[in-house]
Amino acid sequence: MKQRMPLLITILLLGYAFLYGPIISLIVYSFNESRLVTVWGGFSTKWYAELMQNSQLLGAAWLSVRVAALTATIAVVLGTLAALALVRFRRFRGRGSLEVMVTAPLVMPEVIIGLSLLLLFVAMETTIGWPAGRGMTTIVIAHTTFAMAYVTVVVQSRLAHMDMSLEEAALDLGARPLKVFFTITLPIIAPALVAGWLLAFTLSLDDLVVASFVSGPGATTLPMVVYSSIRLGVSPEINALATIIVAIVSVAVLITGLLLWRQEKRKTERLP
Amino acid sequence: MSLKSTLPTARHLIIAVPWFWLALFFLLPFLFVLKISLSEPVLAQPPYFDLIREIEDGFVTIVLNFSNYQLLLEDSLYFKALLGSLKIAGISTLCCLLIGYPMAYAIARSPAHWRLPLLMLIILPFWTSFLIRIYAWIGILKGNGLLNGVLLWLGIIDSPLEILHTPVAVYIGVVYNYLPFVVLPLYATLIRLDTTLLEAAADLGCRPWKQFMLITLPLSLPGVFAGAMLVFIPVMGEFVIPDLLGGPDTLMLGKLMWTEFFSNKDWPLASSLAALLLVALIVPFVLLRHFERRAEEAAT
Amino acid sequence: MASLRQFKPEESWQAPEGEPIVRIENVTKRFGTFYAVDDISLQIHQGEFFSLLGASGCGKTTLLRMLAGFETPTSGRLFIDGQDVTDVPPYARPVNMMFQSYALFPHMNVADNIAFGLKQERMPKAERRERVAEMLSLVQIEALASRKPHQLSGGQRQRVALARALARHPKILLLDEPLGALDKKLREQTQFELVNIQERLGITFIVVTHDQEEAMTMSSRIALMHEGRIEQVDPPRRLYEFPSTRYAASFIGSVNLFDGYVLQQDDDQVLVQCDDAETRLLVRHSQPLVPGMAVTVALRPEKMRVLGQLDADTPNQLRGRIKEIAYLGDVSIYHVELPGGKRVQFTQSNVQALAEQPLTWDEEVVLGWSANSCGVLTE
Repeated sequence: MKQRMPLLITILLLGYAFLYGPIISLIVYSFNESRLVTVWGGFSTKWYAELMQNSQLLGAAWLSVRVAALTATIAVVLGTLAALALVRFRRFRGRGSLEVMVTAPLVMPEVIIGLSLLLLFVAMETTIGWPAGRGMTTIVIAHTTFAMAYVTVVVQSRLAHMDMSLEEAALDLGARPLKVFFTITLPIIAPALVAGWLLAFTLSLDDLVVASFVSGPGATTLPMVVYSSIRLGVSPEINALATIIVAIVSVAVLITGLLLWRQEKRKTERLP
Repeated sequence: MSLKSTLPTARHLIIAVPWFWLALFFLLPFLFVLKISLSEPVLAQPPYFDLIREIEDGFVTIVLNFSNYQLLLEDSLYFKALLGSLKIAGISTLCCLLIGYPMAYAIARSPAHWRLPLLMLIILPFWTSFLIRIYAWIGILKGNGLLNGVLLWLGIIDSPLEILHTPVAVYIGVVYNYLPFVVLPLYATLIRLDTTLLEAAADLGCRPWKQFMLITLPLSLPGVFAGAMLVFIPVMGEFVIPDLLGGPDTLMLGKLMWTEFFSNKDWPLASSLAALLLVALIVPFVLLRHFERRAEEAAT
Repeated sequence: MASLRQFKPEESWQAPEGEPIVRIENVTKRFGTFYAVDDISLQIHQGEFFSLLGASGCGKTTLLRMLAGFETPTSGRLFIDGQDVTDVPPYARPVNMMFQSYALFPHMNVADNIAFGLKQERMPKAERRERVAEMLSLVQIEALASRKPHQLSGGQRQRVALARALARHPKILLLDEPLGALDKKLREQTQFELVNIQERLGITFIVVTHDQEEAMTMSSRIALMHEGRIEQVDPPRRLYEFPSTRYAASFIGSVNLFDGYVLQQDDDQVLVQCDDAETRLLVRHSQPLVPGMAVTVALRPEKMRVLGQLDADTPNQLRGRIKEIAYLGDVSIYHVELPGGKRVQFTQSNVQALAEQPLTWDEEVVLGWSANSCGVLTE
């Protein structure tokens, strides 16, 4: 085992270089005075300043954040229900179809999800008059539909690893089922709910294809703006935006990682 | 069990709410795709004729229009796009496995306290924007981009390489964006592998390479196939990567569908392309479910 | 095996007057085609320390879970303190359970875990605090009140689980393998404590265990279960000395079984012809038996004595050759081969430390025992 360690370390180093090289290049060039990628024109923060003045981009970002927050919240509720159904109820009518319907969106190409939902919304509008026009509501519905599948997977694995006798103990001690759910089950699966929420938020914030299909004239999300400016050519403002996103994500991940690590350490220390 | 026996109404609600949401917003829309794919395009809003038309005296007729599917069969463009999707999805899945397997293996064999940070480093780029990650590669791969700059400076090449807007760029983009999808399931299967099996094999005279080929690899196959399908299926319909990194000759179903829908405003044709893509994905999807179930069984 | 309870040698357990605290009437639990519990009827009385003993899969846990309300019987009724609880949900039953995994709520500290059940019955805060303190001192973990479960050792967790289940003063405490997760030393010590607490509080304990020694030491009565049915219900001593079936005899302790048939019976003694031992055995047995009936004679290994020679005063004697000796410290186990090839086991205490091995391999011995030392099994 020992003599293979250098090989494994090399593989990991190469792999991480591949993953992080492009992101690092974005960060570096976001501080480049020059518009050209190959030319280093000196350190500058002017692209950040321009980004802050781009009202179209900022407006789209605000819409995206609102859509993502709403999506994540609904997806956590629906995904948790689906996970509860799949883990706790062994047999019920529609189990097979529910299983398929929560797995399929994980791999379903976005173009299909986007187009099919658009056709549904158009048909619904002509028959029942809702949703009237397309915009934030339709984007939230569409995003929730694929994001809840991810939440289900995350919550499902946490529920499956939860000791069932914890709930039984609470029932035995006189708590009614609803109370058991809120005082025992929910706090224990809370980390999975948080992880699921963040995942759904990111997926929604990141989505270009589905939003392009189901959004209307007034609702342009951040990825739609980014996409059209990328199509026009390399724009250093996008570098600045990328750097900000990477910074936010790294800080968030670092904090959760640190918390997880400390929790893990506390646990192992106390064990006999 | 506790919730089941004591709260029958809650049980129904817990099942029904997500079921109906998905049935309405995930399953039902496919029927509309099928329906619109059988209608005729028209310059209107929405840009198609309804299948069900009411004639003046109250008779209802259903007009089915198979010309879209006929076009898919007759025009070789669409067949080429299907082949292109299969080829790009297949090759990039293979590349993902070739890069992802050693990485997952290395993480699973690293000291226990290193595994969580190493895994988080795999997932971290996934949390940054997908579009921006592709955009980063445009900056690297284009004619006067970073890669050519470095290679020219090193003197390895004399003139810039044409990588952007070629299939190679698409492969790079797919592997870069889908790598976590193979590393994570592979890691999950490899970490569950009982290491005493390897010790037993060693004890019975197996050298490390043979241990890997005879024990580790066969036992990790469910993870390999599950990871492969997690890449293959979405890449078949991928739009953003071929659109931004590929060239005009990069034919893929997802991109073609986008063009028919947004540029040509031909909703019925786009729908029939979606139906074609769906049919192409049924087999890999069934395989995915099969291997995920097997990986689960292997774990318990 | 030592009992922690002080029973006089001949005293056996007598059902007290009045309504039993638990009445199980013809209860069956079926999972698909598998009968986990098969038509069991049982009565448990106030203040008992009752054990459900059996191998895994015998249905003991299912029976306990039906008492707690986590499983509903397929048929039959369950009564607790005279009330039919068959369809009462777990949260409304006057019983509490100590789980095998302890099931301590990981997000609450020790005091909150113990207070959980009290909060459900809306006990006033002051009283609740008092009760929690009382419970903490009962199981001697006052110092741990603010710890989280993951900061406790296995033995401490067990105590918290016990305190939490007792806090509501249930009529019955159900314990699922209460000592299963502890190591041997701690287990022995905790057995004493459980019995002490039970006697102090006077609460009926119903314990599920697969460990016969644990059941023997703690219980007032044991129900031995096998394949969803009850083999025998008796106090530990009766269960050991007078097993009623072959399964009961061989499940608890070691036993030598001789198959044979009844030759004759006078008063309370039966003469059994045992072909595999090539002899006739005289056994005390008061129930009437029919001559010619197939029976089994059960004999515990420690009931035999080594006789110098054949001895007219000892009714039952066997001659054989020692084939195996296992030295266990306190006793030695000998395997003796009878002339017909059958092997019997007997044990002898090692009384003296430096004595030469009194018996050795291939030595011929004569073993004898009285008619009172063995029993007749008809099943």
